[in-house]
Formats: sequence, C-alpha cells, structure tokens
Amino acid sequence: MTDLVDAAAGSAAAPVADREPLLKVENLTKYFPVRSGAFGAHAVVRAVDGVSFEVRPGETLGLVGESGCGKTTTGRMLVRLLEPSGGKIIFEGRDITRAKGRKLRALRQDMQIIFQDPYASLNPRHTVGRIVAMPLQVNGINPPGGVKKRVQELLETVGLNPEHYNRYPHEFSGGQRQRIGIARALALNPKIIIADEPVSALDVSIQAQVINLLRQLQRDLDLAFVFIAHDLAIVRHFCERVAVMYLGKIVEIGTRAQIYENPAHPYTRALLSAVPDVTKLGPAGRIKLEGDVPSPINPPSGCVFRTRCWKAQEKCATEVPPLTIKPNGSVAACHFPEQGELF
Amino acid sequence: MSVTPAPAADEPYLRVRDLRVQFPTEDGLVRAVDGVSFSVRRGQTLGIVGESGSGKSVTSMSILGLHNAARTKISGEISIGGRDIVGMDDEKIREMRGQDMAMVFQDPLSALHPYYKVGVQIAEAYKVHHPQASKAEANKRAVEMLDRVGIPQPERRAKQYPHEFSGGMRQRAMIAMALVNDPALLIADEPTTALDVTVQAQILDLLEDLQREFNSAIIVITHDLGVVAQIADDVLVMYAGRAIETGSVEQVMRSPQHPYTWGLLASVPSLHGDAEIDLVPIKGNPPSLINLPTGCAFNPRCRYAGLNGNRSFVEVPELRPAGQDGHHVACHLSGADRRRIYLEDIAHAGVAQ
Repeated sequence: MTDLVDAAAGSAAAPVADREPLLKVENLTKYFPVRSGAFGAHAVVRAVDGVSFEVRPGETLGLVGESGCGKTTTGRMLVRLLEPSGGKIIFEGRDITRAKGRKLRALRQDMQIIFQDPYASLNPRHTVGRIVAMPLQVNGINPPGGVKKRVQELLETVGLNPEHYNRYPHEFSGGQRQRIGIARALALNPKIIIADEPVSALDVSIQAQVINLLRQLQRDLDLAFVFIAHDLAIVRHFCERVAVMYLGKIVEIGTRAQIYENPAHPYTRALLSAVPDVTKLGPAGRIKLEGDVPSPINPPSGCVFRTRCWKAQEKCATEVPPLTIKPNGSVAACHFPEQGELF
Repeated sequence: MSVTPAPAADEPYLRVRDLRVQFPTEDGLVRAVDGVSFSVRRGQTLGIVGESGSGKSVTSMSILGLHNAARTKISGEISIGGRDIVGMDDEKIREMRGQDMAMVFQDPLSALHPYYKVGVQIAEAYKVHHPQASKAEANKRAVEMLDRVGIPQPERRAKQYPHEFSGGMRQRAMIAMALVNDPALLIADEPTTALDVTVQAQILDLLEDLQREFNSAIIVITHDLGVVAQIADDVLVMYAGRAIETGSVEQVMRSPQHPYTWGLLASVPSLHGDAEIDLVPIKGNPPSLINLPTGCAFNPRCRYAGLNGNRSFVEVPELRPAGQDGHHVACHLSGADRRRIYLEDIAHAGVAQ
C-alpha cells in the first residue's frame, strides 16, 4: 500500500521527485477511548485510522476533509502534540514516533506548527518580542547579532513593524496575530511547517494577505508544508498535492490537477461539487450527499463512505477498498472509481 | 411615498430606508449602520455581504426589533408588510416577530435551549402566535415542521435534546422553528458558516425549496461570495456601516463596480483557473466604527483613492447609478476609470477570473 502511495507521490510531484522524502507517515492511527452506553462500556473513537503519506523537501501537501475526519489529529501527531496509537512517523530517515525529551526538542527545531486560532495561540501576558523569541530561548540558541535582532528580522519577514517588538497580542488584529504566529514558527528555520487551518478564523480580505505571505515564504525559504484546511479553494491555491480524508482515512491522494479536475473517488467529487462557486450563478447542478458523516466510534464495515455513496454495492459493505492507482493517476480507495473531467 | 397604506402585490414586503443604528459607548458613538436602504419582495432573496464590523448583523437585528431601545439609537424606516417598526412598541413587535419576520441564527447550538427537547421548543414558538392551540396540536405541528425540513424520524427526533443532533440537523431544526408560523420574511444570518460544505449544500437547497413553497422574502447575510452567487437574486455589499454597492447578482458578481467588491472577488481563491496566480488582497484592516476615516471610509485601503483629486478624502460618496438599471455604487471613480481598472488589475485574479 505504501509503495503505491510512494509511486503516486513520485509521479505527482515531478520537480521534487528526485529528493528523498522529508517526512514519511506510515499507517498512522489515533484511537481515543470513550465511555458510551448506559453502563459506561468502553469504546474507541477511531479519529485517525491508518493514514500513510509523504512530503518531500519544499513540497506542499494539503489535508482536506470535513470536521471530524481526523485532519487536525493527524497534524498534531506529526509535531508530536498527540501520541500516535500506532504507525510510524519518519523524519529525514529517522523514526520519530516515540522521540522524547532532548531528541524531541531538537526535532521541533525542524518541524513547527501554525495554529488556527490566533487569539488562543498567543500568550496575552507576553510581548510579541518574547513570544517570537520563545523558540530560540527554549532551545538555548543565541543567534548572531542577538535575539532581539533576530526577532525583529522575523517580524519584518512576516510584514509586521519591527518596532512593535514590545507590544502585546491584544494590540494587534486577527491577521496581524496570525503573522506573529508565523514569525514564531519561522524562528528556528524549520524544514517543514504544519499549518492547521491558518486562515479560517480571518476575514476574507485578510485571508488573502496571509495566504500570499505563506506562499512567498514557502518559495523563498523552500519550506515544506502540511496544510490542513476545510476550504477546498484555498487548498487548491496553496498545495501541489492534496490528500482527501473521510472518517479517519485518506480516501484519495494526488496532484492538484488529478484531485480538482478529474477525481476518482466519489467523495472527492461530492465535496468539490458542494462548494458554492462564484463563477456559477444560481442553483448549481450538485451531487447531493444524504445525511451526515457516520460516527467514528462505529464506522461502517467495508468502505467507510458507502453509507452516503450513490454507487455503493454489496462489495462495498464487505470489502475494504485498498488505495490503488486509478486511471486519472491519483491514488484512491474505491471499488468503483469515477472517471472523466469534473467540470 | 406610496399613497395606499397596504402594500400592493408587487410592492416590496420589506423596505428599509435610510436606516441608522448607533450605540453610544464610553469610547464614543459607534455608527454601526449609517444610512442604508434596500427592499426585498416576496419570493426574492437578498444577499448582504460584508466583513465583520460592516454592520450586516446589526441591520438584521434591527429588522427583527431586537435592539435594546435604551442603549441604541435607531432612525429611518423599516417597513415590514406595510408597518414601520422603528419606534414601535416592544409588545407589538413581539406580536410580529415569528409571524411576520423570523430569524435563523449562525450558531444553532447557542440559539437552541440545551435544557428543552427540540420538539417542545418548536411547539412553544408555535403557541406564542396560536394561543388557542392545544398542546397536542402544537406538538403535531412541530413534528410536521421537522419532517418538512428533512429530518428523518421526526416523531423520535422531536423528543430529543439539541446535543443529540448533529450540526446540520440543528440548523434544520432552527429553520423549522423559524418557519413554524409561516413568516413572510426570513432572515438567515450566516446560516451555513458553522457547517461543512456537504451539509451547507443541503441547507442552501432546503432554503431554496422552502422559499419556492412558501413564497417568502429571504435575506441571507454572509461573507461567502459563493453562497451569495448561488442563492441570491440581489446583492447588497456593506462596508463600515454603509451600502457601497447594490444590484442584481449578475451585476455585482459579473461587473462589480466598487474597489471593495473587486477586492473581495480578487482575494478569494477559485476552484477554476490558474492556481499559481497570486491573489490580490485588500491591504490593511477594516476601520474602527468609532473613528471612521473622513471621506470614503474605504479610502485608506483603496488602491485607487486619489485618482479623482482629493474627493475620496473629504467627501462621503453617495450611492449613484452605475450604468445598468438597478446597479448602484458609492465610489468617486468615474465610470470609465472603473471599467479600465477592472480589466487591467482585477479580472484575472481569484474568483474574478
């Protein structure tokens, strides 16, 4: 299964295909124990259920899906804010799944995260200077020219006034705060950034400012990104490759063109056709999905999407579809893949 | 002014004229809505677009008469079915609310009472306007409404609490509650912002179906231009408490005239076109409503302010006809300038392409 993903990743990202993967995730799982039922019977939520992908240096991978599909949990496991229940995370050839203490701290110099909520992710009692300097301080790094100079450089890089070094987060707007979070993530010159819904809390006109900044940093610093978002148009704009998740599993992964123009998985098609699009006025001819996402405590047998899929047949209930290369070139988990241009 | 008191069939059901809503605060007077006019006919949908602080939600609260009179200064005219509710007695507005106009809120989890069963809450909304109805009748009506908004097993669902509903189901229940008294005007304030796209698609379809069935006037307040493009007939773009562009959905989406509307369209990525082209963001941040920039409130963020002398900095632009019938824009740029700039700078970026 992983070989196939590798093969597709290779074909999918031609310019960087010759570089070794920076980050490799194999069969990653996260189960949360919960109590349910009248007698408190133990059950598990399969938040992430066997996810595999890889990211090459300088590459941008998008993780998309609806709420509860496990994209945020996956992102948090990558930077080890959550302990995986199973599977492997390999960074630059080293297995980091169980890294601890000093080793983990060293690892986080190369891997940083940008959070969704710029109001909750900055300490209101610390000045901006202190917030951005924190990663340097924690790792005992004394950059040439001093910490203050480095912090001011970083503030300038993300488009903030370096003189605002002594201000507090509440003095900044949402977009500016997200820039502070980005400056903090850049402080240690990471190789990869996990961005978890970095713009969804911002107003539309501010979203574009932050997206343009991230794109520019990605190009200038050759940063790899795992970009987690529910907004399919923003992911298309930012990511070269895209993985679509549903109920804790990747159902399709491929290049931007494969996913957005000619997707193989019915869920990918339904998701794309549900996005209200400014280029189409009036009621759109949409694929209508009935009902809601099933509970991850008790996922359907076989293909997890079959309960909402219009193509589902008997086979879908009994056999879990493996991730295989489909005619469009993407890797998808479906017994009866779709074909043909989407629009 | 119309001479007849009762509106004729083709009269707009809702007419808002020169609405001003101000909140006196310790820091100064907040002009949340500053002279906005629009109207909606039955069977029509108006989309109000704007960012946080543009006054779109304050406008909708005024139409429902939900502002505290002691802390709010409201002037202008809000005529609903021929009756002006500005300055109307609270008790009388309460009689109209629910029956003449109703609201679907953004966050159904905080708008539904967690302590009462969903069916009971809908039945209560029905009984407010039908005091003679028995409990059994009201409950029957609640179950009917849940069924109508597409909730499976409505009898069982009516006996459940809001936390037992998923996000999409809660929003359906909210819509059922809003429609239980057959209001002629429905205001939906960001009705799908908290929902996933596939559920959003279901809710938007439902609103369209219900509108066809009940011939209601609908106002949808949103920041999502895609939602507006899909369900609105007319569009009102608000900025800093003022209407800056109005027109039919074709006019505003296909030949936008105001630099702010351009900014919104060029800063939203599209599912089509070239993904590598950079977005054209609007610079800066929305202004404080206490301390609005002089002249055009958009001038500090406008790339074209000053093309027309210093008018942008000293004179507040009025809404003026922008070429096509029914299309209005509040901008000092000349029509020729607007056409040229749109083609040169905007037409290729974001969803405008």
